[in-house]
Amino acid sequence: MTEVVATNQTILVVGGGISGMTAALEAAETGAQVVLVEKRPYLGGRVSQLYKYFPKLCHPTCGLEINQRRAKMNPNLTIITGAEVSKVEGEAGNYTATVKLTPTYVNDNCTACGECAKAVEAEFDDEYNYGLSKRKGAYLPHVMAHPMKYVLDPSIIGTDDAQKAKDACKYDAIDLDDTEKEIQFPAGAIVWATGWKPYDAAKIQPYGYDRFENVITNVEFERMADPKGPTGGKIVRPSDGKEAKNVAFIQCAGSRDRNHLYHCSRICCMASLKQTHYVVDAYGDDAQVSIYYIDIRAIDRFEDFYQTVKDMDNVKFIKSKVASITRGEDDNPCLNGVDTEGYHRYANEHDLVVLATGMEPSVSIDSFPVDVEINREGFIEPAEKNGGVFAAGCASDALDVNRAVQSATGAALKAIQVVNRVARAEG
Amino acid sequence: MSEMNKAMIEQYRNSFLSEVEANVEEGEWVKMCMQCGVCSGSCPLGKHWAHPPQEIFMMIRAGKRDEVLTSDSMWMCTSCYNCIVRCPRQLPITHIMHGLATYAKKLGLTPKNQPTAKFAEIFWNNMMKKGRVNELKLGLSLYFKDGFGPGIKEALRNKDLGMKMMKAKRMAASEFFGGHGVKDVSGLQKMIKKAQELEDARMKKFD
Ligand SMILES: Cc1cc2nc3c(=O)[nH]c(=O)nc-3n(C[C@H](O)[C@H](O)[C@H](O)COP(=O)(O)OP(=O)(O)OC[C@H]3O[C@@H](n4cnc5c(N)ncnc54)[C@H](O)[C@@H]3O)c2cc1C
Ligand code: SF4
Ligand code: SF4
Ligand code: SF4
Ligand code: SF4
Repeated sequence: MTEVVATNQTILVVGGGISGMTAALEAAETGAQVVLVEKRPYLGGRVSQLYKYFPKLCHPTCGLEINQRRAKMNPNLTIITGAEVSKVEGEAGNYTATVKLTPTYVNDNCTACGECAKAVEAEFDDEYNYGLSKRKGAYLPHVMAHPMKYVLDPSIIGTDDAQKAKDACKYDAIDLDDTEKEIQFPAGAIVWATGWKPYDAAKIQPYGYDRFENVITNVEFERMADPKGPTGGKIVRPSDGKEAKNVAFIQCAGSRDRNHLYHCSRICCMASLKQTHYVVDAYGDDAQVSIYYIDIRAIDRFEDFYQTVKDMDNVKFIKSKVASITRGEDDNPCLNGVDTEGYHRYANEHDLVVLATGMEPSVSIDSFPVDVEINREGFIEPAEKNGGVFAAGCASDALDVNRAVQSATGAALKAIQVVNRVARAEG
Repeated sequence: MSEMNKAMIEQYRNSFLSEVEANVEEGEWVKMCMQCGVCSGSCPLGKHWAHPPQEIFMMIRAGKRDEVLTSDSMWMCTSCYNCIVRCPRQLPITHIMHGLATYAKKLGLTPKNQPTAKFAEIFWNNMMKKGRVNELKLGLSLYFKDGFGPGIKEALRNKDLGMKMMKAKRMAASEFFGGHGVKDVSGLQKMIKKAQELEDARMKKFD
């Protein structure tokens, strides 16, 4: 897949998360030529790592599947996975993109039979599960991965495991001589949809994410609640595997904080309300949830969702940003602070604490591969200077899926306008 | 009730927040507080006081003038800076606490026999006598700098007096000098008096 057919009427979409997929499909379905470049070996981005979506509590796989089917059917859309856009030069109607192709050592012959994974021995942290479990050195990134292809971890290349994997493959799908490549191709307009990453919780030193096993993040909790996840959907304490029935959420962990992220990440209040459902669904009346918050930001029509959770008898809302976490009895995290409704000092122990960490842009301000206007928070601002580059989804702001998809559709339209102009000029 | 206090109450009858913004060092930051509680939860001494910083800021906004200014809470602050380091809005909490203490003192509202206030007064008087303090320990100098310095700091902002005041501050903060006084004690006293006058004048200007 190193040959890319593209012209200056092609729309390049950078990032194959829900936003990039949406922009690419919307544009391709109007007849535009689209190349979608995704860094990971599969499409879907971060939503593929969520268990359920607020507000409907449906499964993200459903929407992703529809998109994947649309993608397969569309001849105007070229998808390159395992590819990172490292540089973009030029101007609207005339860009050149440089793309780095990471070797996966597995070609399109792969049937996902899984024999290679059985043959190899070395294990690695599974990034799909945010390190909560291990995976082999030959692996399927996740069960719904698209493309449905195994991948070899680069660190087994040159070890016995690599040969074992190759020997196990009956379909001649493994090529150990695969190398990193760099390709260049033209594009007329670009949709920038590189998304977000979770804020590094270890930086919030007083919460001891790196010291206390039973302090985890909200993205990890999504994996834990997923029956296909590392605990088989059981909500348990990492320290001893015991059921975690008394769960606390700490809101604004890293967001709305000048020492960390300036912005409100917008989705983490809703994410914690959603995750409260996970706990209550798992343990019923035995569940005890405490949400420590500054204020709950359940915007517009999400208010109902908030009310439903508020009405649950076993859910407590404590208006206070937790000051610190210390080790309590039995590895219980102990939350210390002062509440704003009465200024009472508390020291509350819980089985498990979930930090509602925020979203920061996945591409760092200092290493942006394209010259665009970036705000203090690291998101792309609409600006004259951006030319034919349009931000979509969480590359433009902290957004939920609904809003990310809306912004992606808008970006697709703007990109189409640019390549249409090019087409008219060239007659 | 001091004359000045009466005047202040008249001027700001309805808005203690405006009064704090105008007359308390860093007071204009109070409205930035989002009541998250991290400062109170991080304060190592807060549990021994009537009102942690977060509550003081809320009381200011609620117009609880007497309760705030007669409180001993701000006198208990040890300038550990835990709150400043943690505040998500980066309020200069320590400075506001000391600013409130200084302001309360100026208005004669300091609680009777408040030990820190008392100590500060002795310290100040001691220093004003000769322009220098005996056996100045680091803790003392720190306290002086943040707890009783706003008068001097204000004068520092005054361009004419700036250089001379800097000198005075260096001498006051130094722990190397024994019982000697400054060369021109009465000059220093005049200077401080002038600085205080300037500060008082500045306060009255806001309305
Ligand atoms: C704990 C949590 C729970 C959430 N739950 C919900 C929910 O229930 N409902 C909801 O609506 N929203 C939810 N969200 C928000 C949701 O995750 C985002 O709205 C969504 O992921 C945005 O998608 P995106 O495509 O913009 O970004 P991403 O999902 O981050 O996708 C970006 C893609 O770009 C790729 N990429 C990055 N850089 C490059 C590059 N240089 N070249 C090529 N590719 C690149 C990445 O690999 C990635 O696949 C939740 C968020 C969190 C943190
Ligand atoms: S690489 Fe070969 S052995 Fe591994 S899953 Fe694919 S087809 Fe099966
Ligand atoms: S959405 Fe809620 S938890 Fe997230 S940053 Fe905003 S207020 Fe804090
Ligand atoms: S930490 Fe800052 S924002 Fe929070 S209550 Fe204290 S002063 Fe206000
Ligand atoms: S500086 Fe003062 S108010 Fe702030 S934490 Fe320390 S003692 Fe408390």
